[in-house]
Amino acid sequence: MNFDPRYSGRNFSSVGTRPVRPDGVDKVTGRARYGADFNMAGQLVGRILRSPHAHAVIKSIDTSKAEKLAGVKAVITAKDLPDLTDGDAAMYDILDNCMARKKALYDGHAVAAVAAIDARTARQALKLIEVDYEVLPHVTDVDEAAQHHAPLINDQVYTEGLEEKPAKPSNVTKRTQFGHGDVHKGFAEADFIVERSFKTEQTHQGYIEPHACVASVNPDGTAELWVCTQGHFVYRQHCAQLLGLEASKLRVTSSEIGGGFGGKTHVWAEPVALALSRKAGRPVKLVMTRDEVFRASGPTSATSIDVKIGARKDGTITAAEATLRYSCGPYAGSWAEIGAMTAFACYKLENVKTVGYEVLVNRPKTAAYRAPSAPMAAFAVESAVDELAKELGMDAVDFRIKNAAQEGTRSSYGPIYGPIGIGPTLEAVKSHPHMKAPLKANQGRGMACGFWFNFGGQTCTDLNIGMDGTVSLAVGTVDVGGSRASLSLVAAEELGIDYSNVKAIVADTSSLGYNDMTDGSRGTFSSSMATISAARNAIKILKDRAAQMWDIPVEDVTWEKGHAIAKGEKYGNLSPLSLKDIAAKSGTTGGPIAGHSELVADGAGVSFATHICDVEVDPETGSTRVIRYTVVQDAGKAVHPTYVEGQYQGGAAQGIGWALNEEYIYGKDGRLQNAGFLDYRIPVCSDLPMIDTQILEIPNPNHPYGVRGVGETSIVPPLAAIANAVSNAVGVRMTHIPMSPPRILAALEAEREG
Amino acid sequence: MAGIAVSTTINGDAVEYLCQPDETLLDVLRDRLGLTGAKEGCGTGDCGACSVIVDGRLVCSCLVLGAEAEGRKVETIEGMAHGDQLHPLQQKFLEHAALQCGICTPGFLIAAKDLLEKNPSPTEEEIRFGLAGNLCRCTGYDKIVRAVQDAANVMKGA
Repeated sequence: MNFDPRYSGRNFSSVGTRPVRPDGVDKVTGRARYGADFNMAGQLVGRILRSPHAHAVIKSIDTSKAEKLAGVKAVITAKDLPDLTDGDAAMYDILDNCMARKKALYDGHAVAAVAAIDARTARQALKLIEVDYEVLPHVTDVDEAAQHHAPLINDQVYTEGLEEKPAKPSNVTKRTQFGHGDVHKGFAEADFIVERSFKTEQTHQGYIEPHACVASVNPDGTAELWVCTQGHFVYRQHCAQLLGLEASKLRVTSSEIGGGFGGKTHVWAEPVALALSRKAGRPVKLVMTRDEVFRASGPTSATSIDVKIGARKDGTITAAEATLRYSCGPYAGSWAEIGAMTAFACYKLENVKTVGYEVLVNRPKTAAYRAPSAPMAAFAVESAVDELAKELGMDAVDFRIKNAAQEGTRSSYGPIYGPIGIGPTLEAVKSHPHMKAPLKANQGRGMACGFWFNFGGQTCTDLNIGMDGTVSLAVGTVDVGGSRASLSLVAAEELGIDYSNVKAIVADTSSLGYNDMTDGSRGTFSSSMATISAARNAIKILKDRAAQMWDIPVEDVTWEKGHAIAKGEKYGNLSPLSLKDIAAKSGTTGGPIAGHSELVADGAGVSFATHICDVEVDPETGSTRVIRYTVVQDAGKAVHPTYVEGQYQGGAAQGIGWALNEEYIYGKDGRLQNAGFLDYRIPVCSDLPMIDTQILEIPNPNHPYGVRGVGETSIVPPLAAIANAVSNAVGVRMTHIPMSPPRILAALEAEREG
Repeated sequence: MAGIAVSTTINGDAVEYLCQPDETLLDVLRDRLGLTGAKEGCGTGDCGACSVIVDGRLVCSCLVLGAEAEGRKVETIEGMAHGDQLHPLQQKFLEHAALQCGICTPGFLIAAKDLLEKNPSPTEEEIRFGLAGNLCRCTGYDKIVRAVQDAANVMKGA
């Protein structure tokens, strides 16, 4: 509808302020309804039986005893979720992950489920289901799984992306390559070369709200799903396809979401809950336990990365190369591919090559986790960059500034950059007081850069103006961290009214057109673009109504600061009409006033950050404390700066946990040994310092207000920044994340032994 | 199976319910009484999202049996505001954006209320250790600590 998304400089009145969020009071009073806080009449309790084996053939499942237990209303296995995927391999993998069909592929893989009148009966019923397993050899380590002799997880997998199809199947599903120039030539020109290998362990997003849903399938083929999700429209599509329902008859409502960070972008138990409801003929509530969340939702990849970077004496990088192996769980993914794209994205490189290998392992399916795949690649690259700077005798920040990508640089993954923030974040860090603060014994300072693409995508938004002049904004992206506040600010800005007169809600799948998943930091970027478009469409109608009220041509009406104004001296006697004045008369000037928008939000602006971190390492115990932390990141335009700061701080905190402590620990039996918050310890309040933030605003040329995504980039630099800080504190290069006390002690000991 | 009859006080109101011996106080609050403000993040006492105050003591309601509430006084997030007057902690959490997703917020507010009742002038370190039993994955705790500091100042002045 002739919407011009290009940036134009303007003075903001609402955008950039820090009001209280519209959903705030509900959340501080306990009234906000999350996934598990909703109930339906006649609702049953669903529970899932999970494989205790990392890799096993399911020879048979006997559910007869469970079915006979009083209070059990339905028992299902894979037979109740027949394969309707019609050759769609990706959907088949989703189906198989929701309920194992032939083999259990990881400890925690769903094999059967029950619906019963209460939780106790459901738990008893699970114990009565008899599964006959034939246990197979398993592999959980990414490097071991990539070996030729490793147990095969899927004998139909032949590595894609090679020049010739390999003769034998393997656990390596795909090879991808990015870059340009000639790295051999580049390394030949180098005076100094650093070459190192790195490993990172698997971590979980660690959202505090377990996956939860209420599913209700009616006999007439209509169905409802209440669920905590980052994308209810995508869940609708996936569930409808897997269950054989018509999408338009499945209404999915996105509950308040208690954290997602990418982990709630995939369906897990929702198709199971729908299948149970269909079989039982009653609504079913299905809530994962924390143990299930760890064992059977989607953590991030474990990785193994080799990096080689060369530079001339003057500090110019001549070549950069990386080989990245990322675990995918038991199903094909594109995680190493993303890592390979992001690895060197911060730098201006003549010769660069990255190769990614996707590796199957007997662990839960890898899911997105905040800038998925980028933190591990940044850890490896930024560690090597720091080391190279030392060899050159250059300051770590100056070395990065010298090689930083700029507007016009061809990125290591292909596109040419527009205006970007890597240089400005580095300059801000260089002059930041944090860099000059004194350090004490056993303390070290590190810094590192990070990049994330940011996504846009399909977006649909409705803006309805009430007769009292207040505005309801219905969006289809999920509010994962305050976006209803930022989108209300944007609507207020564009219409020229007060923030208090706008209320944003997240609409369900039957009330709004399709919206892509709320991922890739796209929520505020995409939905604000659609909100601006919808507001501009509403303003067209408002101007038309004002023209009617004045009985003048609409061409003579402009819209300024929330008012219709009649242009020209001939209308000097016509007082401006406020939005409220026009809305009050809407019943007699043509009916309700609304603006609609459907668009594909293109042009998401890439995002860069640079972090500074001080740590103190206890040489006796290897225990590390972060004592000071600073985040500098480009937001494009910070719509609600307090929530932008919150994104910066939250990503940094997750990165600190990943860098120092968090990891999935598997036993030799292939079972996860720390599936709970006691043993998988995420940072608590007493572990962290205040996290300082500095917001830079380099406008995104492809958004009317210059907005870029802000949610994810903040988790990219911490692994490397902290590794550089620890390495500087102890004088040993740390190459394995997390840098838990035993790993630090082992590194110190290895150094002593030389 | 016959339930256990329990008479207790919740947010100042006399409440009676029947519960099974293996039901937690959290189960009772959420599933029998409709008080869903307390959240189950783990069910093992590790995350603090289900925090309530029982007879003046901060507890994880997932680690207390429903039957144990007999004769006690239970305070939940639903009783924190006085009518339409938010508690200063609730107000300061809003002003400081001390919540993003908000799932941990009821537990943090209850734990912070307990902290400030016992120590009206906590240092930053005392706040950080006082709230170390509550997990937040969104905020990095920075704005939570600042909100509690600000609320403490307001409450001292009140």
